[in-house]
Amino acid sequence: MPNSPSPTQAPSRIPSNRSADTPSAAAMGQSTNNVPSGSLNPGDADVLARAQAGDHQAFAQLYSVHKRRIYSLCLRMLGNVAEAEDLTQEAFLQLHRKIATFRGDSAFSTWLHRLSVNVVLMQLRKKGLSLVSLDEAMEPTPEEGPGRSFGSPDLVLTGAIDRLALERAVAELPAGYRLIFILHDVEGFEHNEIASMLDCSIGNSKSQLHKARLKLRDTLRTQKRREERS
Amino acid sequence: MTGGPSKLSCAEFQAQMPELIGLGKDAATHPHVQSCELCRALLADLETIAEAARELFPSVEPPDEVWEHIDSAIKREQADGIEPGLTPHRQ
Ligand SMILES: [Zn+2]
Repeated sequence: MPNSPSPTQAPSRIPSNRSADTPSAAAMGQSTNNVPSGSLNPGDADVLARAQAGDHQAFAQLYSVHKRRIYSLCLRMLGNVAEAEDLTQEAFLQLHRKIATFRGDSAFSTWLHRLSVNVVLMQLRKKGLSLVSLDEAMEPTPEEGPGRSFGSPDLVLTGAIDRLALERAVAELPAGYRLIFILHDVEGFEHNEIASMLDCSIGNSKSQLHKARLKLRDTLRTQKRREERS
Repeated sequence: MTGGPSKLSCAEFQAQMPELIGLGKDAATHPHVQSCELCRALLADLETIAEAARELFPSVEPPDEVWEHIDSAIKREQADGIEPGLTPHRQ
């Protein structure tokens, strides 16, 4: 299996040329929608530099550019407004403490997302939520092995999936799966970006995403079966 | 790949799925999918889920109080002598 070199060191700018990283592709492999809105205007590099130099006004501007994206990430992961507000606050406070250390070897928006993901993960650990660690997820478990049967094709989830049912199913995922699913399928990050955010391999990110989708499918099919019975 | 992709069992094909999908290849054109109804259904479901995900959890603005809290916390920290960038670089 081709294992591409670790992308963490490679400069990757989110907004520009996302298609250069991956071949043009079917929906599942590449998400083009919801591209993280890290797109900075030319003047934003200046704002960033001023914020790094301690300009409070510039920091406030950075906040207003990125607040929606970071708050939404927290809300998607925690499912709770009060916690999402606290975590957003914590993420930007950490940003304020660390901003001078940003070196520009990755896109600022990716760097900030990574920082925020860590804030979220820390909170989940504090709450003792199962993360299904990234390593653990790589070990095939018997019932999740590729050979398991997955029932009859007549239970295909064709057509529109009920959005609320899917959101509920996502909320039930183990936090580690949920995080990768949200980063990739909901927010549109690429596997190399996720791997660098989570310090894992690209293969690991792909495999976790796959397992997350399989679990969602199971949940939705179980629901559907129940509905058909009643 | 030895033995030709069309000779794959479902288990072998499914083991390749994360990589195949992750590369952004159109997995539906894979010979195994073309000849296997089960794996075709599985793939279609996963595609449906990935598509539907784009509409999930619409992004929201945080309330203004969040900035007010950040703002006052920053000012508190600065009053305590913590300047931006002085925290050890930990990434
Ligand atoms: Zn098959």
